[in-house]
Amino acid sequence: MNARSLTAGFATLIRRRETGVVVAIVVLIGFTTVVNPGFTTGSDGFRNLLLTPSLLMILAVAQATVIITKNIDLSVSAVLGLSAYATGRMFTDFPDAPIWLVVVLGIAMGAALGTINGALVSLARVPSLVITLGTLYAYRGISIAWAGGDRINAANLPREFTALGTATIGGIPVLFLVAVVVLAVVAYLLAHTRSGREMYAVGSDDSAAVLYGLPVRRRVFLGFVASGSLAGLAGVLFAARYATVSSTAGADLELSSVAAAVIGGVAIVGGAGTVIGAALGAFLLATINRALPTLGIGEFWQQAVVGGLIIGAIVLDRLIWARQARRLKSSHASIAAASSGTDRGVFAEPTRPPKEPVP
Amino acid sequence: MTTTAEPVSTTPVARPFGERLRSILLGRDAVIIVLVVLVWIVGASTVDNFSKPNTVYYLLLDVLPILLIALPMTMVVVSGEIDLSVASMLGLSSVLVGVLFQHGWPIWLAALMALGAGVLGGALNGFLVTTVGLPSLAVTVGTMALFRGIAVGLLGTEAVTGFPSEYKDLASDRLFGPGTAIPGFLLVFIVLATVFGVLLHFTAFGRAVYAAGLNAETSRFSGINVPAIKFWLFIGTGVVSALAGVYWTLRYDSARGDNAAGFELAVVAAVLVGGVSIFGGRGAIPGVIAGALLIGEARSLLRLADVSADAINIAIGVLLIASVIFPRVLSGLKGHLTRRRTSGSFTPLER
Repeated sequence: MNARSLTAGFATLIRRRETGVVVAIVVLIGFTTVVNPGFTTGSDGFRNLLLTPSLLMILAVAQATVIITKNIDLSVSAVLGLSAYATGRMFTDFPDAPIWLVVVLGIAMGAALGTINGALVSLARVPSLVITLGTLYAYRGISIAWAGGDRINAANLPREFTALGTATIGGIPVLFLVAVVVLAVVAYLLAHTRSGREMYAVGSDDSAAVLYGLPVRRRVFLGFVASGSLAGLAGVLFAARYATVSSTAGADLELSSVAAAVIGGVAIVGGAGTVIGAALGAFLLATINRALPTLGIGEFWQQAVVGGLIIGAIVLDRLIWARQARRLKSSHASIAAASSGTDRGVFAEPTRPPKEPVP
Repeated sequence: MTTTAEPVSTTPVARPFGERLRSILLGRDAVIIVLVVLVWIVGASTVDNFSKPNTVYYLLLDVLPILLIALPMTMVVVSGEIDLSVASMLGLSSVLVGVLFQHGWPIWLAALMALGAGVLGGALNGFLVTTVGLPSLAVTVGTMALFRGIAVGLLGTEAVTGFPSEYKDLASDRLFGPGTAIPGFLLVFIVLATVFGVLLHFTAFGRAVYAAGLNAETSRFSGINVPAIKFWLFIGTGVVSALAGVYWTLRYDSARGDNAAGFELAVVAAVLVGGVSIFGGRGAIPGVIAGALLIGEARSLLRLADVSADAINIAIGVLLIASVIFPRVLSGLKGHLTRRRTSGSFTPLER
């Protein structure tokens, strides 16, 4: 690799959103550690640093997979909750069941719920925002009807299972390792397999994808099944991590997962961004929540900071992208001229290429 | 890319007043209104106490915030956007009223400041969506966290209570004396519903809102200032959410940062059940009012029938899904019949 391509590669790396988020995470951790060394060092500091974001990372990967296809899955938190409760319930009702089987069934539960989402969205051709808002209510309602006021306690769960939630391998929490493996697998599939690339194509412009002969509905369906399975996995891990599952497990995480994806550079209009970015976004969000009290910012202000961060991230995306569009315009004046003059909303017609500049 | 040319019943072209009213009342909206009445009849005849004035009174009190916010939300969704920050604005407004009251401000002035915050918050949403050109879903997920964060930041887990009873009565007084069904605050809603209904269905502004939702580009070429319209719509959701926050504070005598958490989805559900298309360009105020009432009825009924209050979520979820699948299936059947004659068309994953 010669010097020039190395510089070019470096420039690309700097411009990537993932790099920005990593820098933000490093600065945040560094600064917080200076103020309070116990944040990263000490017996629990490092473990919690990695353990806290693990579940949200998996949910963010799930959410990003769906958003890339220009859909959204608001039901992830309810799928997590229902799978977590089902897992606890299986251990309670069948104390002799092998742990691996329960784990598999818990994930299968999520996959089934994701299949319902995917079927409704892709077969009935109804917008995912509405469908998953509906299933968010329905799945959460089922949890509540099923669990009532009961909660699964540590006493109901096998010790080997709950030990998973806090176990470490070489100082690194198992849960975090699981999250990283999930991330690596999904990132590879999306970036290097045909189906994965097709999901980006579908998200960029689904009409063009149809004309190109891509199985649009099947890819959207696949996205939802993947999202449901990952949320199911997160549910199983939730049960292991907290050893307490009530009917409200994971409540409100649906919008955190969207926020994580957006902060990580996944475009809400589909077709752009990576699951790595989304997972880093989740790491940043979870770490901010832990860091703010240490930094002397009242713990109650966390959410305001998160909101500012989301808005900052999308405005930044917009600015970078507008600059690129301008540069493109000067080199391809005619092409850019043909595509200028559009005003798009999130739910604007899908025929329009989603990544056009607004003059 | 639609393969079936569905008739757009609410497309506002210059038609006589009566005909327009009829088309609104006989379309999707009629189905929901009939459903509200049917649920009412079934409920009243099978569930004890459902038709008692006191039950109706609490049903209306509970559903009022949804009804209020659903009005401007309808316009935002019809214009092709969405505002998920409404519940957080409600919470922020509630906290502002509480904090200012704590500092000895009179309630009316505190409420006025809260409404001002609603205007500012709405303007922030509108600015980011129209001037910066960001998708409203992402923007309002952000401001949802921001507004809620400021609300929780200002008060923490504290709650401000002990508001003067003459103001609390404003929110919960019954219109026709003790024991009757209609809360006085419903009048505020009726006034607002009339304003928003006329604005959306009988003015040039309203027609422009539909046009913007149907096709923003065409609207622009027709000389409609789409960004300006959307900007004002976001101010609408902001200020009405703030009003709902004032109501919430006085009704429950409690200003808390987490007031109405998660409530935005209930509002969106009411709007969509009420027949508004999430793609914009379609929907009407009467249907949305019916949608909100339907959700209120379902809640009240299931509560009386001793179903766990939260399992009602299943009903809302199913209602929401059914409300989008039904018209889809119908138009699909219709399309299937016409497509036989005009073969050769393909069906992409539209919308």
